[in-house]
Amino acid sequence: MGDPLYVHGVTLAAFVIMLVKVVVAFAALMLAVMIVIWFERKVISDMQSRIGPNRAGPWGMMQTLADGIKLFFKEDLIPGQANRKVFKLAPYLVIVPAFVAFSIIPIGGIVTVAGHSFELQVADPPIGILLLLAMSSMAVYGVMLAGWGSGSKYPLLGSVRASAQMISYEAVLGITVTSVVLVTGSLSTRAMVASQAASVLDWNVFRLGVVPFLLFFVAITAELNRPPFDLVEAEQELVAGYVTEYSSIRFALFFLAEFMNAITMSAVMVTLFFGGPDGPRFHAVIWLWPILWFVGKTLVFLFIYVWLRAALPRLRYDQLMELGWKVLIPIALGWLLVVGAVVVDRWWGLVVAAGLIGAMALLGRAMAVGRGEAEGEAAALASVDSTGGGDGGPRAGTAGTATVGVAWREGDA
Amino acid sequence: MPGIHGPLMAATYPDAIMFVVSAVLVLAGAIGVIASRNPVHSALSLVMTLFGVALIFLAQQADFIAAVQVIVYAGAIVVLFLFVVMFLGVDRLENLVVEPLRFQRVLALGLVALSVVGMLLLGVGAHWAIGAHSVTAPALNQPGGDVAALGKSVFTAYLLPFEATAALLIIAIIGAVVLTRRQPAAGEEGDAVEDTQGAGGGGAPAQERSNQADADGVDPDGAAGGQGSPREAPSRSSRGAPGETDSRAAEDGEPGTVRRAGEEVLR
Amino acid sequence: MIGATGITVPALNYVAVMPEIALIAGALWIMLATAMSPRRIGSGASLFWTVAAGCVSLGFSVWQWEGVTPHGAYASFDGAVVVDGLSAFVAMTVSLTVIVAALIEEGWMRRRGQSAPEMHMLTLLSAAGAILMGAGNDLVVIFLALEIMSIGFYVLAAYDRRRLASGEAALKYLILGGFSSAVFLFGIALTYGATGSMNLAEIAKYLASNVLLHDGLLLGGMVLMLVGLAFKVAAVPFHFWAPDVYQGSPTPAAGYMAAVAKIAGFAAIIRIFVSTLQPYRADWQPAVWVVAVATLLVGGVVALVQTDIKRMLAYSSINHAGFVLLGVAAATTAGLSASLYYVLVYSFMVMGSFAVVSLVGGPADTAHSLEDYRGLYRRSPWLAWALALMLISQAGVPLTTGFIGKLEVISAAAAAHLVWLAVVAMMSAAVAAFFYLRVVMLMFSPSYGPPAGAAGAVDSGSMVAGGEGVPEPGSVAEGGEGVPGPVGVSSGGGVATASLHGEEGIVGGGGDASGYDAVAGEPAGERIPVPLSTAVALALCSGFTVFFGLFPGFLTAMVHVVTTAIPIH
Repeated sequence: MGDPLYVHGVTLAAFVIMLVKVVVAFAALMLAVMIVIWFERKVISDMQSRIGPNRAGPWGMMQTLADGIKLFFKEDLIPGQANRKVFKLAPYLVIVPAFVAFSIIPIGGIVTVAGHSFELQVADPPIGILLLLAMSSMAVYGVMLAGWGSGSKYPLLGSVRASAQMISYEAVLGITVTSVVLVTGSLSTRAMVASQAASVLDWNVFRLGVVPFLLFFVAITAELNRPPFDLVEAEQELVAGYVTEYSSIRFALFFLAEFMNAITMSAVMVTLFFGGPDGPRFHAVIWLWPILWFVGKTLVFLFIYVWLRAALPRLRYDQLMELGWKVLIPIALGWLLVVGAVVVDRWWGLVVAAGLIGAMALLGRAMAVGRGEAEGEAAALASVDSTGGGDGGPRAGTAGTATVGVAWREGDA
Repeated sequence: MPGIHGPLMAATYPDAIMFVVSAVLVLAGAIGVIASRNPVHSALSLVMTLFGVALIFLAQQADFIAAVQVIVYAGAIVVLFLFVVMFLGVDRLENLVVEPLRFQRVLALGLVALSVVGMLLLGVGAHWAIGAHSVTAPALNQPGGDVAALGKSVFTAYLLPFEATAALLIIAIIGAVVLTRRQPAAGEEGDAVEDTQGAGGGGAPAQERSNQADADGVDPDGAAGGQGSPREAPSRSSRGAPGETDSRAAEDGEPGTVRRAGEEVLR
Repeated sequence: MIGATGITVPALNYVAVMPEIALIAGALWIMLATAMSPRRIGSGASLFWTVAAGCVSLGFSVWQWEGVTPHGAYASFDGAVVVDGLSAFVAMTVSLTVIVAALIEEGWMRRRGQSAPEMHMLTLLSAAGAILMGAGNDLVVIFLALEIMSIGFYVLAAYDRRRLASGEAALKYLILGGFSSAVFLFGIALTYGATGSMNLAEIAKYLASNVLLHDGLLLGGMVLMLVGLAFKVAAVPFHFWAPDVYQGSPTPAAGYMAAVAKIAGFAAIIRIFVSTLQPYRADWQPAVWVVAVATLLVGGVVALVQTDIKRMLAYSSINHAGFVLLGVAAATTAGLSASLYYVLVYSFMVMGSFAVVSLVGGPADTAHSLEDYRGLYRRSPWLAWALALMLISQAGVPLTTGFIGKLEVISAAAAAHLVWLAVVAMMSAAVAAFFYLRVVMLMFSPSYGPPAGAAGAVDSGSMVAGGEGVPEPGSVAEGGEGVPGPVGVSSGGGVATASLHGEEGIVGGGGDASGYDAVAGEPAGERIPVPLSTAVALALCSGFTVFFGLFPGFLTAMVHVVTTAIPIH
């Protein structure tokens, strides 16, 4: 337990090493973002039979840098309608959680430099994974306030969508993380990695029976507002969602945060379900292998994100919400119960699983009843509407207060 | 540093600094909540307060509670506040100059001053028994830290409160559903009444209108307009139908339009 | 992996919480049935299950009582709850209240042509909270129970979404209730700081074995907890919410809230202050005296000027809270017995009163002006008799339960040398008698207004303009059923007559709408339909009030058993 760096208390050396770790992580993350943006553009253009960026640098690798410099030197615009304070605050509320969240990711094992052993991880707090959840819930503020503070319609719509979506899927996220915590017996990310180290079959993705991983993956994709859950910035509907009014460096910050979050979340997925930096080590430069494994696994997920973006159409908003609340959350809760029961005793697991099937049947029944009720109401309303249409038309709106009720009901159904 | 013992002066420097910082955050946020004229700014100040509280929890080595504080309060509850504020468009500046009850502000200030003085007087020299036989300090040294200690107390000493929370949540959920469900119209469900409506066809407004049509022998909408006596007029007609229609429609119509707007936003 | 920490689960005696479990299970069962059935479940079914849950809960609480009386109290769930006379008493009272409340709610909803599974669920769950509050032996449990109960009340207050007043009442209740809960919680925190525990037994032990040199924290905690609980029982000066909330809430819910909040609130006050903070009696007792006197006076005097019967009943409930507080302020065995007795009989009186009010108020639940009661005897003699009984019992007329309650409280206060309080209470009782009897007189006074011929012009079965209490057309349907008919089953004949009546009513009402505006508020000759379930509830309340008014021995013996177990020095 705990970083070997601090066994002697917070010494000067420990402090310096910690600072270096923070700076290195920061720089690595920035660099990674540059590469990942290029990677995404290149991969998706391949998938769409395009060439993609090919001017700046070899294979266009410097394209991101060029874009960044351009954004940096653009004029900083604040819309007249904007709430200036909030407008300025929002990008920081997005970028800071993105950085902090990465700090709990174990990138490699324990290394020793000049007599000081330390973990290749910015911090390993005992609450570990909860910090990630806390940061991802903080990031909602940035998105919400960006949209609201812009003082413009499309950003507001985008941010309302974003916050509802992020809150909804955070529940799934939390529940699936809990099932990992249950088998690990600790919240610390390093302990999670350690508990998966024995063999590939001990990776949580297999140990928990794949379902939590799939749920987590879907929830993460929605949290990141990545396709097919990118309704927040659906170009066809909302221009660019909550970042519509942003330009220059502020926009760059949002962009940066988005890709940083993508990297962090891929890394989290690797940590929680795929053994983190765990993998076969060969004799040469032993400390490097875990890092390579970690980066490799993370890259796989980054590739999958791009792949999804190229392959899947965007969901409708109600589909998104139904998926979250009616499918993912019940399944996640049920699976968590089974995992918990199995941790106690295998037979308990069977019993709970059986009970769960019953509960799911009840739930399905209740949902069917609800749907039937809604349909029945819709049918009744349709008939009301047709009978009421004769006298002046209830849709006339101001004809009578009662008609408002009709219109609303109809709209609701 | 096994927690803070005694008054603040005896605390270690990092603890003292942390306390001061978080106290400033908490108080500044709290003042911001009530002093901001914009509800969104108030909500943001509330987040600041909650963050400060989380920091205080951290200083007490209650990491888990600190994280939960941020996730639940700052991350979910205030977001919902903001959501409602933004969604319903109540984020206009409040006009605080016009005071409906003039003496209220003075009274409030007086009461606050009184209670602050009272608290200070009561607190001076107060002996915090909890410092003497704290239950947290030994728990922290266990394997698993405060999370394990918390889990243990949830399943032992606080088992019943923990389970009672389930009842609390259920009643809260039922309450939320009751309050947000569309109100079924009179007679929509009742077996006996349903048949009496005849022409209504089920929907509430239609039922009201058809009843009025029967009653007055006029076109329904005309009746609503013509006979619509003021809602609270003492001379409401015997069955109270117009008054009721008015009030219900006013009540239902308002959220109705809002919700429609909301749906448009969401689609 | 877990398991290493070695959790030893405390001894769980489920008997201790069986009443709560029964009520919660009933609510969940209704919820499940509602969700599962393609049609919303009939009102009869949800009433049946609610009453069944109430009866089961009553059975369990009687069982607790039978176990406690010979063997003494015991704690369970690691000291979180205690089963003693007080908790069993609260459980029994609340269970009875639930049954009666469910019947009244059912009648109210049926007259509006709705079924009310949600209302029953909220009733059951908040009652579970109230019982837990009586059994809670830990400040955390008491707070949680208080919240369970209160949230149910907030939603019940908002239940009538057709009236804006209902939502307004709920909002006021929610904000002020939330504030008072916070105050209570702050009090708990300070008490915890001063004593190092939230368990009442531990606190009592700590205070018995330690003398606090600086008791500022504990005093602050006591004051704040008292304020929080005084709010819940609507004691002056924390009563401002009560009139608005009672007036705006659906009438059955108002009766239920008035009864249950008082039972649970006073149980908590007795448990926290009288039995736990016994060593600090000299500090909290004067505060309770002041609150009791203020409550007695304000409740009695302000009720005089009310013109709305629900507001009047709200102030009268404040007045009654004063009487109960008087017994608590005495803090003697006799005083506590009197308080508990008072709370018990009051819950039946108030529910009976609100049952009648819910009927007279009409399906829209709006006709609550005192003028609507003029000549009620002519329209519905039985209702008038029932309300009169409830009111004279509340006024404290001999041969009713209310009389014995007042008598015992005042004599206990006098015995505890609180003569001035007793005098104030007697004055308050005299004032209160006036406004109760005023309503009784109104009901039995002949109605004036248009000559009989005018009323006769309209068909006798139909409605006359201006009578605010007269039901809306749709609900006259219940008229056919008001005459005893099986609840939950609507006979075809009843429907036919009802629809006939309804149409006549509409014609009559419409035709006369403009004609008699001048005599607005003048009651009509229409008999108020009484749903069977409300009739049963009224019969229960009246029977209780009369029977135990005549033979109070059983109840007084019971409360005596409860209070002798409370340690009083």
